[in-house]
Amino acid sequence: MISYTIRRLLMLIPVLIGMSLITFSIIHLIPGNPAQTILGEQATPQAIEQLEEQLGLNEPYFVQYGNYMMGLLQGDLGTSLRTKASISSEIWPYLAATIELTIFAMVFAVIVGVNAGIISAWKQNSLFDYTSMLIALIGVSMPIFWLGLLEQWIFAQNLGWLPAFGRGNPRDPVETVTNFYLLDSIINGRPDQLWTSFKHLILPGVALGTIPMAIIARMTRSSMLEVLRSDYIRTVEAKGSHTLSVVYRHGFKNAVIPVLTVVGLQTGTLLGGAILTETIFSWPGVGRYVYEAIGNRDYPVIQSGIIVIATIFVFINLIVDLLYTYIDPRIKY
Amino acid sequence: MESVTPVKKQPMPGPENQEPHITETESISPWKEAFWQLRKNKLAIVGLFIIIFFIMIAIFAPFLTSYSYQTLNAADRLQGPSAQYWFGTDDLGRDIFTRIVYGARISLMVGFFAVTGALIFGSFLGILAGYFGRWVDMLISRIFDIMLAFPSILLAIAIVAILGPSLQNALIAIAIINVPIFGRLVRSKVISIRQEEYIMAAKAQGMKNGRILFHHVLPNSLAPIIVQATLGFGTAILEAAALGFLGLGAQPPTPEWGRMLSDSRQYIQSAPWTVLFPGLSIMLVVLGFNMIGDGLRDALDPKMKN
Repeated sequence: MISYTIRRLLMLIPVLIGMSLITFSIIHLIPGNPAQTILGEQATPQAIEQLEEQLGLNEPYFVQYGNYMMGLLQGDLGTSLRTKASISSEIWPYLAATIELTIFAMVFAVIVGVNAGIISAWKQNSLFDYTSMLIALIGVSMPIFWLGLLEQWIFAQNLGWLPAFGRGNPRDPVETVTNFYLLDSIINGRPDQLWTSFKHLILPGVALGTIPMAIIARMTRSSMLEVLRSDYIRTVEAKGSHTLSVVYRHGFKNAVIPVLTVVGLQTGTLLGGAILTETIFSWPGVGRYVYEAIGNRDYPVIQSGIIVIATIFVFINLIVDLLYTYIDPRIKY
Repeated sequence: MESVTPVKKQPMPGPENQEPHITETESISPWKEAFWQLRKNKLAIVGLFIIIFFIMIAIFAPFLTSYSYQTLNAADRLQGPSAQYWFGTDDLGRDIFTRIVYGARISLMVGFFAVTGALIFGSFLGILAGYFGRWVDMLISRIFDIMLAFPSILLAIAIVAILGPSLQNALIAIAIINVPIFGRLVRSKVISIRQEEYIMAAKAQGMKNGRILFHHVLPNSLAPIIVQATLGFGTAILEAAALGFLGLGAQPPTPEWGRMLSDSRQYIQSAPWTVLFPGLSIMLVVLGFNMIGDGLRDALDPKMKN
């Protein structure tokens, strides 16, 4: 197990290097001159040249990449051209906002998806089965930005139940400790803020969680169907166990691996895919941070933002792979 | 008679790992059988009708409406659905029904070209990796790994940032991010087929690599590729709409559905039809492709036949 973990970690090195190389190349290919962007349209050619020299933009491509990687290994993500702040310190609140939203969406997706899938498999070909699978099919076909707009229209604008934008009340900001608002309001002992933050999470969380919910429901159902047909389930039933307890205790335990795969893959996808949800709900997340940087031609932010998101994505996938062996001891590497 | 495939180390059953057992001894061709299976699947037939419906709309767009999708009409802006304007008008007084109908052309075209592009490049690289193995496989597989390590929409956004926002560049970006998905699939099929006895027999007879690839390997890996391509059509349309929504895809006055959504989102309260119909169209088309794709998977995968 430990040697497998180490081997997997070593295998990540070429992937991470490749990723940074691709990202670095993409940023270099984006038309435009960073020095020009910093100094503005009226800058003299001499000033631009001087700044290029200073930023190391005249160095050969691989030297620039090497310098960037050296910084990256020391935890230096570069400096934003727009805010002039260090990206390493600037990115955390955005990242925390996205992680909080992703976790919320995933919890929603897993609770609803897994239970809908299990019951659908248990009551195969029932009305519940047909309805939930139709909803799941529509769920995977739904453009989430459209779903988000409809949610806002119905639940925020017409019914007024839930807030449509942002993470909390701007007039009563959460005092940030970890930048996870739910956690921070507990730390600060503010149940009112906890409630406000929670309400702000619901609409974007449901919008973001709908696709994984649908995929998890379908995967759970098909995986459960396979397990429920097996001999040991029949044995347990023959021994007189109550059916629903068989389904949950014996069935799902054995159906969990494919579900776990989907959960892992989807968590990573959500982190990057949150950009659409963040745009609609004005959620100050990392996808939004990168997207706005593209508009501002803030190259270091685009570059480091993409690398940070992709790195998290890679590590989530690794953790899911390692979890297999923990959950299912039959899998040996 | 079922052919026995060698058991490989498979930690998880996933759609890509499931192989249709196409045996030669059956009296009816496996494709015919799959077609019968598909016909029995009601959802797949519904999906097929949805897609045919949208293809017809796209083809006959000029005959379905007397309006132009780009003529502005300030007097009739944000009109509700009526006999005159079936789906209402947008903030510039353009008929939304007309724009939806012409938008079907764009969405289907994006889906088609993005999937075809990804399919051609992905199959090519997948065959190279799977058939030749060794360092070729190492190199190509690592490139796929790295590309799949990026969340796809983020990679698409980055590619559009290089090329500049336009429908054509969005299409290229979507094709690129889908290359590793097809590539991996084809590679895994080629590797499993390469070990079959008939390939060995072909080699023993002195058949050239290229001939083996096109006459034996490719036809036998077709089933999962068709399924993936059908599902990929829907995904590509969703991705194009997402890029359009972010302003990185089609530019005005192109009647692209995603762009229509973002252009009219501020009118959702006063004129909900401006948001309702484009979104509904995207959902229906994607739903159609997903229904056919699911049906094809069930029909082509013998494991599901019980």
